[in-house]
Amino acid sequence: MKTFGFTISKGRQINCDELNNDKVEKLLELVPSYKWCIGCGGCTAACTAAAFSDYNIRRIHTAFYRAQYEGLDQKLQRCMLCGKCLLVCPRGVNTRSLIINMRRILANVPTNTFKQNNKEEKQ
Amino acid sequence: MSVTFMVFSIVFWLCAAAIMVLSFYSTSFSIFVIPFFLGVLFLLYISVWKYWRWIRGFDKLQRAIIRKNIWSWRFLPAIWEAFREGLLHWRITKKNLLLGYMHRSLAFGWFLLIVVGAVQAKLAYPHGHPFWMAIFYNYFEPESNPLAFPKAGFYADLMDGLLIYVLSGLFLAMFKKVWSRPLGMKRTTRHTIMDRVTKMALWAIFPLRLLSETATSGIYGNGGFLVRGLGNVIYDIGMADPTFEYSCWMLYSIALGTFFCLMPFSRYMHIFTEVFLIYFRQLGVKDSDKKTGYTMFELSACSRCGICIDGCPMNRELGIVNMQGVYMLQSVRNLELQRNAEPIAENCLMCDRCVADCPVGINLSIVRRQVRIKNKAEIDKKGSYSYLNNVQPFNSIGRIIYFGGCMSHLTPGITTAMEKIFNAVGQKYWYMDKEESICCGRPLLQQGFESQAFDLRRKNTEMIVGSKATMLVTSCPICYQSFKKEYKLSIPVMHHTEYIEMLIKSGKLKLRKDDRRVTYHDPCELGRGCGIYNQPRNVLSATTTLLRTKDEREHSLCCGFNLGNPLLDLEQQTKIRDAARDNLMAPHPDTIATACPMCKKAFQHADTVPVKDIAEIVAANIIS
Repeated sequence: MKTFGFTISKGRQINCDELNNDKVEKLLELVPSYKWCIGCGGCTAACTAAAFSDYNIRRIHTAFYRAQYEGLDQKLQRCMLCGKCLLVCPRGVNTRSLIINMRRILANVPTNTFKQNNKEEKQ
Repeated sequence: MSVTFMVFSIVFWLCAAAIMVLSFYSTSFSIFVIPFFLGVLFLLYISVWKYWRWIRGFDKLQRAIIRKNIWSWRFLPAIWEAFREGLLHWRITKKNLLLGYMHRSLAFGWFLLIVVGAVQAKLAYPHGHPFWMAIFYNYFEPESNPLAFPKAGFYADLMDGLLIYVLSGLFLAMFKKVWSRPLGMKRTTRHTIMDRVTKMALWAIFPLRLLSETATSGIYGNGGFLVRGLGNVIYDIGMADPTFEYSCWMLYSIALGTFFCLMPFSRYMHIFTEVFLIYFRQLGVKDSDKKTGYTMFELSACSRCGICIDGCPMNRELGIVNMQGVYMLQSVRNLELQRNAEPIAENCLMCDRCVADCPVGINLSIVRRQVRIKNKAEIDKKGSYSYLNNVQPFNSIGRIIYFGGCMSHLTPGITTAMEKIFNAVGQKYWYMDKEESICCGRPLLQQGFESQAFDLRRKNTEMIVGSKATMLVTSCPICYQSFKKEYKLSIPVMHHTEYIEMLIKSGKLKLRKDDRRVTYHDPCELGRGCGIYNQPRNVLSATTTLLRTKDEREHSLCCGFNLGNPLLDLEQQTKIRDAARDNLMAPHPDTIATACPMCKKAFQHADTVPVKDIAEIVAANIIS
């Protein structure tokens, strides 16, 4: 059963001085479309995994953007990479690449070579 | 270096030295033979070691298949295919006549030069001769027994004809370097330094052979029509001189020796490896998910011809030319570049176009997937889907399973149409993923998440087996390929186009013909992936007028929204899609038909005529 609507979140305090933005920067570099998100939640509504669990890609996206990485790794594993979110996204965010790269960054896998290498070559 | 390798080396070179010393006492020996001789020995040494190691690297399943089939008649088709592809280059000829001629003249021509040379030597020296006699016949023949056997003149002429044949191929190869269009190739491969040097050695061999034989003929007047004629010229200009002759033969031998020494480390290793690959493939060996000895054979069987580059949508539409099959294999072959191989392996639509084009028949997509699996080893977590444990199968004895697939949930037209068709023929079904769909696992596997894909596969298998249904029909070609090839299901699996065709053939489903003119888009996963080309066309012909397009069947274009490539952005995907759309719109259809929810979704936003799935077209035309 899907539960939409508004609930009261626990009170939180974010100390901006202690935030570590390195991972966000890295993700932005790897997946430039990350910042196009408008948070509409279409991806979560279409999500295959969200039908069975409390997996919420929009929420994970936001948490990652705010550099609150705790527990995200575990949650991201629930994704089945089926690509429905990709097709419904009105902004063309490359959500699958986003998920794969978030997991790589959170697991501290070296990602420096995992860039888009799509420069046109002239012959 | 392992102990085995040391032992092998010592034994090999001791034997080689013994053979060499014995050969040097043979009557037909000259110092210039040594570079050629050493080259052959070195080639043998490296190849035997490599092949032996690779064969030992086969995994359990592959070994079991070889053991089972090795004493069967399967070596006969293997010999035929090796002859057809290794020497005649049939598949390349089908692509382009001139390109085929070029490869054939070099491979088959050289092969015949050696074979006819050996026959010639055998006839001239019936009591035995060293093996290089076949290669250097013209040098040794004049002093010992000129024209000693009947029809010697015919053989000499034949050898000259063959040399011209090879040289014509060589000329084409040089021409291709300058202008490759007439040979059917828009782009050619960028080769490594090693490959270029080896190619220079190969290219030097045949002109040097002509020169050496001419020089000998200038002195002794032997040889066939070509060599004799050129020999007379040499004689006339006063260059008939034993020193000149000897230097020419020395150079020829050095060119041969250099080529043989470099061959195992260059692309020319494919010459012998392809024969092995064909043999194993005919025995029934298949790729596994890990890099095995069979993969090593595939890596070396790639001739780096670059035919995979032209067809690739990434090259055609986006101008990206660093990730095609030939470069991907190259990056895997150079083990130290493994990390750099990542973007190359990831940046691919997995549309299988290169697999259809490859003249060697290497399964490039599976090799690529092996690299992806290796790259994802750290983040591929087993047991990620424990939340699915509570999902239970529905008891559907006497029913069939309908599996829409994730993407069909975004194109409800397809699933509604399928339900209408099931109801029209009175078929009871269980819509397995109506409310909550579990992915088939193929998208995960394509990205290299092997264990996670396995988890989903196990869950789905549980559901399907537990339901006791008799058949599985799916609307999504990705799921179809997964169920058909990766799952080990005991019930038949059908794509809905197959299912509808079966209904029409058995007369259960009656359709009226409407006046729509339709073009059909072959989805990659359904066409090249599973070989389903005719069934959708039969269904469409039964209810509409089907138009042909320029690129269809195995040459069909990818819609660009394939889940294979995680690196493309929307703009790039759109470019690839537009090319496929233009191809479909060229015959001015009223409707574009496809059989994949993903392709349908892709074309829907491409300013076209209406895009319909085959199921929708059929459902609208049922006579009830």
